[in-house]
Amino acid sequence: MARSVVSEIKRDHIHRLIADGRRVDGRAWDQYREIMVQTNVVETAEGSARVKIGNTEVIVGLKMTVGEPFPDTPNRGVLSTNAELIPMASPSFESGPPDENSIELARVVDRGIRESQMIDLERLCVEPGKKVWINFLDIYVLDFDGNLFDACNLGAVAAIKSATVPAKANGLGEDFPMPVTCTPVAVTSVQIENSILVDPTLDEEKVAADRLTVTTDDNGDLRAMQKGLSGALTLEQVRTAIDTSRRLGAEIRKLIG
Amino acid sequence: MGGNSDMKLIDENGIRIDGRKVDELRPIKIEAGVLKSADGSAYVEIGKNKVLAAVYGPRECHPRHMQNPAKAIVQCKYNMISFSVSDRKRPGPDRRSVEISKLISEAMEYVVFTENYPRTSIDVYIEVLQANAGTRCAGLTAAAVALADAGIPMKDIVPAVAVGKVNDQVVLDLNKEEDNYGQADLPIAMIPRTGEVLLMQMDGHLTQAEFDQALEMGVKACHEIYEMQKDALRRRYAVVSGEGEEETKGLVHAMTEEA
Repeated sequence: MARSVVSEIKRDHIHRLIADGRRVDGRAWDQYREIMVQTNVVETAEGSARVKIGNTEVIVGLKMTVGEPFPDTPNRGVLSTNAELIPMASPSFESGPPDENSIELARVVDRGIRESQMIDLERLCVEPGKKVWINFLDIYVLDFDGNLFDACNLGAVAAIKSATVPAKANGLGEDFPMPVTCTPVAVTSVQIENSILVDPTLDEEKVAADRLTVTTDDNGDLRAMQKGLSGALTLEQVRTAIDTSRRLGAEIRKLIG
Repeated sequence: MGGNSDMKLIDENGIRIDGRKVDELRPIKIEAGVLKSADGSAYVEIGKNKVLAAVYGPRECHPRHMQNPAKAIVQCKYNMISFSVSDRKRPGPDRRSVEISKLISEAMEYVVFTENYPRTSIDVYIEVLQANAGTRCAGLTAAAVALADAGIPMKDIVPAVAVGKVNDQVVLDLNKEEDNYGQADLPIAMIPRTGEVLLMQMDGHLTQAEFDQALEMGVKACHEIYEMQKDALRRRYAVVSGEGEEETKGLVHAMTEEA
């Protein structure tokens, strides 16, 4: 994301450290920065969360309305995921309609939630073919220091889990908690100098050759993956990244379980 | 302004629906330096409003044709995030936010010593995370602290507040219900040191006497907010010993506090 220029001296520094088995901020290959999750941060949203991973910060809100289902899924609620890379978050973000980076980000987050069937969309059907709950999941990046995929996934999942379906305000009986079946967690690694580093900072992302995001469910099964950047990973590296994602995914799941 | 004066928003004892007196502000929290990527930033809560402001610059001016060879331009972008209001707002600018952005830009351009930075742009981004009436004032209050946090020389810090009329009484700092069903709304921003007004809008209905009373109330409240703005900057910077390390993590602090 936002592969803006990085000075040669910084690139060399990161590469040299990694060749020496070290990272700029002293973390281990498989160590996250400090993670902070706070839910119910915005009262006007049905569910919301603010997440920090190191200096990266995002806020996610879920708004729900009643609307028509898609014709091919008449008895299922609708999920629409949107990500905004607002200029507040980075000198490299510009205002305007979503660019390819924010579209990829939103779609990777959406895929993890959709494919894990985290939201029980059938329970969000009010009247088959006519009325279902429409979920607008909106992600805003507030401060960008790398690894948006994991921060946004975590924020989205926490916001959904904290949500209350506003049935009463829509004349549909009593409010009820969002029907949730599992907790998908995305863990992103990058490859630099043939090493697989989890939770890259912005500087690490800029010099990385590849990026791999792996979303796992409660059983540690794979639910979504996305490789990014224009490098190539060996099968061994893919296995390492997946192993790391499953292991760390289980730990992160406890944070928001 | 709904202008529905039948709606009872102030009781016999002069107490408003949220328990405040007519000349009382909502609880205010201001934090400076809350974002790392920005050159300056601030987080402001006024009652149920939650607003973030970030400053970038002075930096190269885009688009180029807007460059001024003699001074910097100040470009503020006020935006409400989609879930900040009860009915989801479509992301992106609308006519209301374009107008507010323009007013705040003009206000801030006057207080910044723009002549120090010819050809550049100072970009201020205001994001309303949760709205409950008075977001432009909260946004401007945050923007002023963020500009100071960015180290940009200014004539003064700028506070802003709205005064209004509810049940035929002049009241300070309208909440959402008062804004919806009240009879007038008068947002003002000022330079406390000189007493000059930087931003003023009004809608609704005020007599001359009511306006005078409202203005007096607003000016007094602006001075209160001004002290809180300065206090936020002091908390951010007036750390002399090493123990201040934690203090610099303003938002982390705020987040854990509420969790």
